[in-house]
Amino acid sequence: MNNFIADASSKQRVLSILVEDKPGVLSRIAGLFSGRGFNIDSLCVASSNDPGESRITIVTPADHHLIEQIKKQLRKLINVIKVQDLSEVPAVAREMALIKVQAKAEHRAEILRIVDIFRCKVVDVSAGHYTIEVTGNQGKIEALLELFRPMGIKEIARTGIAALSREASKTNGRN
Amino acid sequence: MKMLQSEGVETIFGYPGGVVIDIYDELEKTDIRHILVRHEQGAVHMADAYARTSGKVGVCLVTSGPGATNTVTGIASAYLDSVPIVVFTGQVPTHLIGNDAFQEVDIVGITRPCTKHNYLVKSTGDLAYIIREAFYLARSGRPGPVLVDLPKDVSVGTATYKEPPREIKMRTYNPTIDPNPKMLSKTIDALLEAKKPMIFAGGGVISAGASEDLTTLARQLKIPVTTTLMGLGSFPGSDSLSLGMIGMHGTYRANMATAEADLMLAVGVRFDDRVTGKVETFAKQAKIIHVDIDPTSIRKNVPVWLPIVGDCKKTLEGLNALLKDREIASSVESRSPWLKQIEDWKNAKRLAYEQKDIIKPQYVVERLYALTQGKAIISTEVGQNQMWAAQYYLFDRPNQFVTSGGLGVMGYGLPAAIGAKAANPDRIVVDIAGDGSIQMNIQELATAVQHNLPVKVVILNNGYLGMVRQWQQLFYDKRYCQTTMDFQPDFVKLAEAYGAVGLRATRPDEVDAVLKAGLAETKPVIMDFKVEREECVYPMVPAGKAITEMLLT
Repeated sequence: MNNFIADASSKQRVLSILVEDKPGVLSRIAGLFSGRGFNIDSLCVASSNDPGESRITIVTPADHHLIEQIKKQLRKLINVIKVQDLSEVPAVAREMALIKVQAKAEHRAEILRIVDIFRCKVVDVSAGHYTIEVTGNQGKIEALLELFRPMGIKEIARTGIAALSREASKTNGRN
Repeated sequence: MKMLQSEGVETIFGYPGGVVIDIYDELEKTDIRHILVRHEQGAVHMADAYARTSGKVGVCLVTSGPGATNTVTGIASAYLDSVPIVVFTGQVPTHLIGNDAFQEVDIVGITRPCTKHNYLVKSTGDLAYIIREAFYLARSGRPGPVLVDLPKDVSVGTATYKEPPREIKMRTYNPTIDPNPKMLSKTIDALLEAKKPMIFAGGGVISAGASEDLTTLARQLKIPVTTTLMGLGSFPGSDSLSLGMIGMHGTYRANMATAEADLMLAVGVRFDDRVTGKVETFAKQAKIIHVDIDPTSIRKNVPVWLPIVGDCKKTLEGLNALLKDREIASSVESRSPWLKQIEDWKNAKRLAYEQKDIIKPQYVVERLYALTQGKAIISTEVGQNQMWAAQYYLFDRPNQFVTSGGLGVMGYGLPAAIGAKAANPDRIVVDIAGDGSIQMNIQELATAVQHNLPVKVVILNNGYLGMVRQWQQLFYDKRYCQTTMDFQPDFVKLAEAYGAVGLRATRPDEVDAVLKAGLAETKPVIMDFKVEREECVYPMVPAGKAITEMLLT
């Protein structure tokens, strides 16, 4: 009960955090996680539909007790407007990745076939590489990486998960 | 400046420097009293104790760079003890920020994890509103320190002064004040049903100003009360229902009662590790009702049967109001075996020491208690001095005991005494110190003398860093590694060098005379008591053990 170490019973939680778009707000949130020994698996930040507000999506491994403490600590931050645990409600979660994969002559056709099956896009082509854009849930991206790995992946850039609840979500006041 | 006056600021503790000269120039034109400290850490501890003993927000003003970094320990202490202070730091002009300019430091970044909130003011026009918001945040909800960083061009610049509204409404900050009424009636039922109830009170009761309400509730229902270190004085220490302090150096009866209780009403506490010991065994038999204004405190460390988020005063007032319509006599009657049991524990293992040829530190504190009729404001340093003060001076009123509880800052006591004296010129203010701690902020003696703030310092001088030495004695085979202070200054001469008065006692029969002379002095005084060198603080619960596993001698 006492320590904030994610144990075997913990699972990945997706937190959607609406914040005031003020200087240092990201550092307040990141600092809260590092200072209190919470983990961040992925982090995605961008402006929201409301000017002056940003939405931060954090994926964190936590059990029931820990996630309650994380949510309360986040709500305690002065610049945080709302915290929603999207693991508890119906939600959509997507991630985008750019994958630079080696494209030797004998692999090119295979790569394009995979791109077609996974409904991704080739966004850059050079003599030895394809850069592929893929969007989907984490499972899809992992599966794609698995297929490309034998051909040689040079670099990957992933956005981390962005998520929204499926029902109309209230944005006024603190949850 | 107008904003500071509008917030009712009367006293500022500070230290000038390059980027705050203009602010000081304006400050001089007001009737705000400025206390010039000798080190910025002292300024923050003074503001902290000033806030605790006056009920107002404490204010500091320091320069950029080293001035700002020197405040960090004080801010962190105020944060852990939930004390309302506002710290103004100077900053290099906005166009130089990030340039590694002279005396530049990112103090907003540094203090982010140890302030309730902080601001870097970007334009003079924002200043008035930010100051209003800073004071509001510092004193409302769970109080805490707020830092406002003022770049030189912002503080030099001019803007049309428009007084911001008194009532602040913030979209993202709205602490829960009123407790849930259903929870209150459930609490009353539980309190009346319980056979072995106890109240566990902390600093939250004091900062909410709820001590009287707590005392009323406990006395009406005849429920024994234990407090944390921060909660001392929230319930009269001399009352027969007082169990004394709980935890690592808590009393035998408080720790035993905690283990046996079937219901614990915990008010304004956060179940710190120094209180709970081995947390899995803490209050194992008890249903815990936890009242706190900060939801993060609830269920952080211990399982809670009934959580109540709300202001401690509102909650206790609500409980007392509900009690009026209830029959309580039979319930009180049914609990007499429990009170008898507590009385037995009390008689079995009292706090005790034996005064022989060498002065015992406990004796000094007990005599101080007697000679001040228990009415002094006591500040402490950290270590054995702090624990003996907590055990042997019985605090009957809130805000009478001022100590760095959460962070445990050695060097807190002297500046804290000065801050308390600034707020309470008519009260006797005594810092109970050790010979190690007092040297950490001894320079503030000059502040006390210059500003005519006649605080009394009682040094329990054992020539050791006594608390660490005690651990080394008990758990490290008496290897007193680096805890022996073989060289120390002559504290009597040191006091005189500062223009204060120095007194010394080396024999038990001199203790009263020195205390009486020191208390009668009109100047700041250092009283140096040469005490039994290897005296230990008992009871003691070894770290990581259950609080019933006390070492008693």
